Amino acid sequence: MQQITQQPSVIRHTRAGKINIRSGNRVSIVLRATLWTLGALTVLAFFFFDYTGFRPLQAIPETLYNLKAMFLEPKLSHFGWGEAAMQVAITLGLGALATVFGAVFAFFLALGAAENLSVPWLSKSIRVVVAFVRAVPTVLWVLIFAIAAGLGSEAAVLGMLFHSVAYLVKAFSEAFEEVDPKILEALRSTGAGWWQTVVHGVLPSTFTYLLSWTFLRFEINFSVAVAMGAAAGAGGIGFELFMASGFYFDLREVGMITYMILAVAIVLEVFSTRLKSRVYSAD
Amino acid sequence: MNETVLKKRKFQMTMLFLGVIVLTYLSAWVTDYGFVSSLEAVPGAMLWMASNLLVNGEALGKLPDIMEKLLETVFMSIAATTIAAALSLFLAIMGSKTTMVNRAFGAVSRFVASLSRNIPVVAWSLILLLSFGQNSVTGFLALFVGTVGFLTRAFIETIDEAALGSVEALRATGATYWQIVSKAVVPQGLPQMVSWVLFMIETNIRSATLVGILTGTGIGYMFDMYYKTMNYEVVALITITIVLAVILIELLSTRIRKVIL
Repeated sequence: MQQITQQPSVIRHTRAGKINIRSGNRVSIVLRATLWTLGALTVLAFFFFDYTGFRPLQAIPETLYNLKAMFLEPKLSHFGWGEAAMQVAITLGLGALATVFGAVFAFFLALGAAENLSVPWLSKSIRVVVAFVRAVPTVLWVLIFAIAAGLGSEAAVLGMLFHSVAYLVKAFSEAFEEVDPKILEALRSTGAGWWQTVVHGVLPSTFTYLLSWTFLRFEINFSVAVAMGAAAGAGGIGFELFMASGFYFDLREVGMITYMILAVAIVLEVFSTRLKSRVYSAD
Repeated sequence: MNETVLKKRKFQMTMLFLGVIVLTYLSAWVTDYGFVSSLEAVPGAMLWMASNLLVNGEALGKLPDIMEKLLETVFMSIAATTIAAALSLFLAIMGSKTTMVNRAFGAVSRFVASLSRNIPVVAWSLILLLSFGQNSVTGFLALFVGTVGFLTRAFIETIDEAALGSVEALRATGATYWQIVSKAVVPQGLPQMVSWVLFMIETNIRSATLVGILTGTGIGYMFDMYYKTMNYEVVALITITIVLAVILIELLSTRIRKVIL
């Protein structure tokens, strides 16, 4: 019978003679290095900050007072409930348009980006472009389109579209790559063309994933649309929020608007979580 | 699969597509969105970008200033994410069903996380701007608050996935609550959690630009300033530096993730 021996080189001892169970473990070294680096950078960060006009002793009680006014005494004063509902609808509409168009474009691009359905050069180049597009913050896309295409919902939707496409291409192509290769092989062996494999093989087995990712993006796009209203003048409830806080300094209105955004966001989140759990339980 | 199942599925798909089409038209009507005019705008916009967003020598002279602001923004996102991660770890341990101390704490921590996650970063920055004024701390706090909510949700999922078996095993040996948390829950979930933190740092650098525009800090403020004075050469340079910073951090975190996961 072969004797089981440990390779001596694997076991390392500390000076006291104990077996050092941590040494040589690359994972834990990298993990620790990452944590220490992040910690050090965090401490360092506070020396880089610009503290102009920062008075914590005054700001903290003031914030608490403001928060109390916002959340305990919310009230609309510059526009009525009907107008408010309309503004929320505009923000939802901007988010929905960017998501629907984004999902359509992303579907075709993701087919090109998925390694099992495409050729290497195409999938590589789509990935590089997508990584670039994703690295530009959405607000910069919207602002750039606002000059190039003129202000209005078109600029906002186009700007948001760029980011949505980039995000969904990544998610979709990963879903496509997880399709069982046997399904593709079976279809190909029957003489099915590329489109037939996509329509009858890839699409049915990934459809629920695509749906759940798209809805998740809609959830994100709602808050992006709020941001675009505030920062890029795209209209909707975000713009009202910006006006209430930046122009009228009306804390109670800010509170009411925040409540409305919060309500919509929570409904979307609950819906998206349900959709996700249904997708996973269906597997 | 029989015929009725197929028919039912086909019906569901048709309804879904119809629903999406109706939704799209409704959205376009509400937002006053023109399908044709937006299609027409794209080539013009591309042409405009190609001819106006060009970096020239004068813009390059601003590079030291830009780099300083960019560094401030990157540091702001790292600090906000790391400190938020520490708080989120605590909230997640309280909020996860596996490691919950009691129901009340769990509910409170999940409520705090949901509040911080679902109020958009924009709202937080506008709220904080009113009392904290125009400085880095405002941006830092806005990012921090938004990150806590997201990371808590991610950490709770991580804990629930990773720790279930080992928590039971340790409990059977008579380990105390803190022993279970520090010997099983944290070490097992750590790689996944670090991966979430890295993801959040990337996201926060992009959000920091937005927060910067609103609160007048960091690279976002600089972008807004040159954008409003129509100095598009500098705008292009700022955009390029942000893209490079984000891609650099993405590459770095991909490499780290490959080792630890």
